[in-house]
Amino acid sequence: MTALLFLAQTVRIAIPYLFAAAGGAIAERAGVISLTLEGFMLGGAFGAVLGAHYTGSPWVGIITGIAAGLLLGSIHAVSSIRFKADQVVVGVAINLFAVGITRFFLQLAFESSSNSPRVAGFGSETSGGNAAAFLDNPLVWLGLAVMPVLAYVINKTRFGLRVRAVGEHPQAAASVGVPVNRVRYIAVIASGALAALGGVYLALDQHQFTDSMTAGRGFIALAAVIFGRWDPVRAGIACLLFAAAETLQIQLQAAQIIPSQFVAMIPYVLTIVAVAGVVGRSTPPTALGKTSE
Amino acid sequence: MSDTIALRLTAIDKRFGPVHANRGASLVVHAGEIHALVGENGAGKSTLMKILSGMMPVDSGTIEVGGRDVTGWTTADAIAAGVGMVHQHFMLVPTLTVAENVVLGREPVTGGRFDRARAEHDVKMLCEQSGLDVPPDRLVADLSVGEAQRVEILKLLYRGARTLLLDEPTAVLSPPEVAELWKVLRRLRDGGATVVLITHKLDEVMAVSENITVMRAGETVATMATRETSPEKIAKAMVGRDVDLAVRNDRPPATAAHGTAALEVRHLVVRGARIEKAVHDVSFSVAAGEILGIAGVEGNGQTELLEAIAGIRNVTSGTIVLGGQDITRRSVHTRGEAGLSHIPEDRHRRGLILDYSVAENLILGQQHRYTTSGLLDRDAIEQHARHCTIEYDIRPADPSLPARALSGGNQQKIVIAREMSRAFTVLLAAQPTRGVDVGAIEFIHAELRKARNNGKAVLLVSAELKEVLTLSDRIAVMYGGRLVAMFSRSEASEEVIGPFMTGAKRERVA
Repeated sequence: MTALLFLAQTVRIAIPYLFAAAGGAIAERAGVISLTLEGFMLGGAFGAVLGAHYTGSPWVGIITGIAAGLLLGSIHAVSSIRFKADQVVVGVAINLFAVGITRFFLQLAFESSSNSPRVAGFGSETSGGNAAAFLDNPLVWLGLAVMPVLAYVINKTRFGLRVRAVGEHPQAAASVGVPVNRVRYIAVIASGALAALGGVYLALDQHQFTDSMTAGRGFIALAAVIFGRWDPVRAGIACLLFAAAETLQIQLQAAQIIPSQFVAMIPYVLTIVAVAGVVGRSTPPTALGKTSE
Repeated sequence: MSDTIALRLTAIDKRFGPVHANRGASLVVHAGEIHALVGENGAGKSTLMKILSGMMPVDSGTIEVGGRDVTGWTTADAIAAGVGMVHQHFMLVPTLTVAENVVLGREPVTGGRFDRARAEHDVKMLCEQSGLDVPPDRLVADLSVGEAQRVEILKLLYRGARTLLLDEPTAVLSPPEVAELWKVLRRLRDGGATVVLITHKLDEVMAVSENITVMRAGETVATMATRETSPEKIAKAMVGRDVDLAVRNDRPPATAAHGTAALEVRHLVVRGARIEKAVHDVSFSVAAGEILGIAGVEGNGQTELLEAIAGIRNVTSGTIVLGGQDITRRSVHTRGEAGLSHIPEDRHRRGLILDYSVAENLILGQQHRYTTSGLLDRDAIEQHARHCTIEYDIRPADPSLPARALSGGNQQKIVIAREMSRAFTVLLAAQPTRGVDVGAIEFIHAELRKARNNGKAVLLVSAELKEVLTLSDRIAVMYGGRLVAMFSRSEASEEVIGPFMTGAKRERVA
């Protein structure tokens, strides 16, 4: 039973990572750096709460959350592709922008600086309770499906072939008539929507928005993408691994065997190990971050 | 060859800022011929071809293809009209397979998904028709340079190209690969295709073309039928003066300090990127006042050998002695101070920082000599740059331009100028004339001879057997990482050396 509880907890924690990492994987495979996942998630979470609050329906919340992600993704796409801005700078800016604008509208809409009122969500309780209750949440199933679907898109479809070409050698792709910028726009805007779904899940699971509620999950998702060597399936496994480490941390925290901070470091330590090339070579898409040429 | 005119470019003018790349250039190519477009580096050949293939707009002038005015068309229009270009730097995605690269942009799709099986089938059929042999399911990253070039040609054929523009296709190929390419091009021509070949290697022009257009300084200066001309005439048109193409047998002055080994390599073993022993127990020495040439088909360990001596690749075992001093584990800087100079084989990767100015590139590795109390001495750097641009004829003579803005031959002159204008006793020259025009080749050869006559030891590695034979006092042949033969100049000839290069013959070299 504890094993089952552990598994359930791991999946719950992994879902936002899976959505955000899927967004990160597609944008980075197209050659655009995804430091923005954190901001996309936060925007998605707030969008979802707004929609759910005003209509009382979590389904509308999903749609408004995706809309927020599309909007932020478009900002990222336009500044990185159209205006060839430095993608790291744009990424940091969008993350800060997301923190600020959600805080602003939190005040405006709900007259609170910390959290929204309780909204409709999925599952009867916010956390704990019945271990299987979270399975009623459609976003859980979508989250579990997102990486296999993305793997199919990237490896088996024409669009995926073009994404890979554009991320590795955009000049070559352009020379044979592949519309490089259009492919990148689609990939980056889609990454906004996907990562936003991670935030939507968080907000609807907790039935509210709290200030900066994503708490670095976007960066862990990006770490999972790198750890998974930009491959959707491997990135998905990395998400589950990181989530398992976090579950372990929560349980060990109760047991107080080792300081929780050390367990909390696991995803980052694993990422450093991965990037340092200990687990095979970790080669990013060649044209990553280079839209100016 | 028919009398139909396939391509007609008239009065083409193109400027890049201050550089006037094409000045009223013209070109007429008949359908079904192999046409050579020759000229020195910076003569405007590549620009003209890029304009023709739709990559660049023209400032003025007209382009006609098959009698139709197509001035101002795009790459897509050109491809649709069957005109395609093979670039000097390949446009291939290394992480995709051969088939994926070929079909990219025109992928076969079945039921919403990319039909890989059909792509591979189509490419295989194309390979069989054209005689270009590449396995469709291999990753491009795993291909040899020759194979990668075949993929480039396949890409054009897949798009139905009937007019192929090839920009210096042999610059990166080994002699057997060149022969293979000629076969393919002739076969395509016999099938009715038209080929325009940019090159500055005159033997290639003579071997494969029917007609020749010569460009110089952005203008078309001559057109001739290959049958009615000679390499000397072409060279004269290219350079604008008489060029000595003959093999000169000038011996070094007998007084040169022969016998003192300036560079000695003993039992050297060096690890390669893919093989454990890319250099396998190699021993030799180079005396002061001598050019030792290393002949061999590329990829037989020459690169690793020179990089090991230069200090940019680790040595597994063995020793390298420079002027009596063991430098096997010394830094590149220490080696330089000890008198080692190095012209690397790949000027883009090793020789230059393309975004740095010409002046800055001219002091790379020597910057400590142009420094006063920790700050770069602008005046000294500029003076050095001015001296070098004149002495080594670097064009345009503007040291403030980024190296990227110069043609390949002039970029190479920057490297040559830097490495030969400083104090040295041993010079490593790797492919010193690769991708360089006849005028510059003549100049670089003269510089190497001058260094030798001044008592320097020169170790020359070149994929051009002719170059090795022309310049070297002794010739070593490298095959499979080992030195398989050593000849004095009088014993050496292409016929004698050839079998050793292909591994058909070998003798142990002490």
